[in-house]
Amino acid sequence: MSEKTLTRVDLSEAIFNEVGLSRNESAALVQSVLQHMSDALVSGENVKISSFGTFSLRDKNARVGRNPKTGEEVPISPRRVLTFRPSNLMKDRVSGQSQD
Amino acid sequence: MIRSELVQKIADENPQLFQRDVERIVNTLFEEIINALADGDRVELRGFGAFSVKQRDARIGRNPRSGESVEVEAKNVPFFKTGKLLRDRLNGKA
Repeated sequence: MSEKTLTRVDLSEAIFNEVGLSRNESAALVQSVLQHMSDALVSGENVKISSFGTFSLRDKNARVGRNPKTGEEVPISPRRVLTFRPSNLMKDRVSGQSQD
Repeated sequence: MIRSELVQKIADENPQLFQRDVERIVNTLFEEIINALADGDRVELRGFGAFSVKQRDARIGRNPRSGESVEVEAKNVPFFKTGKLLRDRLNGKA
């Protein structure tokens, strides 16, 4: 298995190759997709992309944490976190078992 | 928000594109991420987050119904880490 890292550039290149758009338009569309997903999440909506996965928000309560290095107690304020649950299709494609 | 709503928003912003092209664009983007992960690659989208693959060792699992032991094969699982900008925005800090 390789250790390659893809970025926005690679995603827009894929769109450029697939659809007859310019590189600039492809890049703008990638950014637009990510922006709309982020905005929906920020407004408190979960984002569910069929056959890809679901981004859901969870509210965490305040708790007392501990600095693992010093052992010192530090308060952790309540916060909202994002979790991603991959679709079965993604899990199957990534698992390295059975097909593919 | 679901996939079709995302497609609609992009289509509304880009009246020069056919809806079916917007669908292809959105499909391509998500497929490309899955393909990368299937190859064991990472996908890093600054400000949004990063998708990566984690390895899970083989283990002895248990059928919760029968209590029977079953061997679970080693496998790779997708993982997403939220980007700093998005994490801050979710908490009203940016």
